[in-house]
Amino acid sequence: MTALSAVPRLRRGVKTAYDETRDSHVVLFPEGVLVLNETAAAVVGLCDGRTSVEGIAHRLAEDFDGVRADDVAELVTRLVARRVVDVDG
Amino acid sequence: MADAPFGLLAELTHRCPLRCGYCSNPVELAGRADELDTGQWRAVFDQARALGVLQVHLSGGEPLARKDLPALVGHASGLGCYVNLVTSGLGLTADRLAELEGVDHVQLSVQDADAAGANLIAGVKAFEHKLKAADVIRDAGLPLTVNVVLHRLNLDHVGEIIALAARMGADRLELANTQYYGWALRNRAALLPTREQLARAGEVVAAAKARSSMEIVYVIADYHEAHPKPCMHGWGARQLTVAPNGDVLPCPAAGVIEGLGIENVKDRALADIWHSSPAFNAFRGFDWMKEPCRTCARRELDFGGCRCQAFQLTGDASATDPVCSLSPHRGAVDLILAGAPAAVEHRAVVR
Repeated sequence: MTALSAVPRLRRGVKTAYDETRDSHVVLFPEGVLVLNETAAAVVGLCDGRTSVEGIAHRLAEDFDGVRADDVAELVTRLVARRVVDVDG
Repeated sequence: MADAPFGLLAELTHRCPLRCGYCSNPVELAGRADELDTGQWRAVFDQARALGVLQVHLSGGEPLARKDLPALVGHASGLGCYVNLVTSGLGLTADRLAELEGVDHVQLSVQDADAAGANLIAGVKAFEHKLKAADVIRDAGLPLTVNVVLHRLNLDHVGEIIALAARMGADRLELANTQYYGWALRNRAALLPTREQLARAGEVVAAAKARSSMEIVYVIADYHEAHPKPCMHGWGARQLTVAPNGDVLPCPAAGVIEGLGIENVKDRALADIWHSSPAFNAFRGFDWMKEPCRTCARRELDFGGCRCQAFQLTGDASATDPVCSLSPHRGAVDLILAGAPAAVEHRAVVR
């Protein structure tokens, strides 16, 4: 699992967009599309290469109830496995 | 109603400077005069985006053979699509790539690990151009996938091919064993690897995956497998193909299935074709399946395999993919595997 101090960023060639057809945020990358729910979209939006996993959890807690840093770390781990984000640290 | 597609494979042209014997283009190639024009392709992209397409794969043939490629890239990108350029790299200079503003990712084909082997299968001297093209792509800061079709003639070099892709600066490497459609089907006897070749290559690839920073995608050789591939993740489920002449296909090879009722974007709206054409509805879901697929637990995993392969090898597009060990036609595949190798015949030149 990704460390809470790790700093995720979108990989080269990865784009985020809003898809009107599906009313969802999406991640576009070579040979793939991820359709995101609202929380996942907020996490991806904060994978900016500056904010740590813990920092992302703090930011999310301002807008969403019940955000746990471990849940953010687990999502980031899944995004790393899909080659959507890289983590530093 | 079917879910919206995510991807459009836009086969802009069948013209290509390469003559690879494994080409998946149909044996009956469309000429330049048959191709959709710029305005027609723009309309295809507009309709595809409205339908839900988010990824546009600009392919061919060689998409750079289209003089209007910059306009087509710009249009697809402007619609918010992720634009993937699938190219041989021939003609891809720094100036040419600079004109293609809006490309998000480039897939560059490589035929073998060295010039002699690569030029042999491509039918032209292309190898050095590809090394230059990789430099150009990397210098432009674009993510690069190297695509390699594997077969009897290059499978023993897969380790060297992986090393070459790393030297070229690839982010991803797709190693796809030949799938037998179009020209590849015609050249099957020349291209089919031995089981021993596949076993050795599988080990080399697994070891490389464990240590490489590249993402390595390995597509298996389905004739040698016990179960079929989950072709297209289900018919008419995620992606559609528009051929150079505007024919709309559930998969690039679907033109081989006789009586499918393929429709053309010049005659009917893309969304109507996706949702209600006989061709797209023929094999959606599970109701079309016969035994052994109909009651098989694996049907949710492999969707009965490939419809085109079923048609090509059994004459019945609704049969179980004959590579499946449960298919009553598996013997036909084993017979093919037991056949003697032949020489490669290069694909035709199309103008």
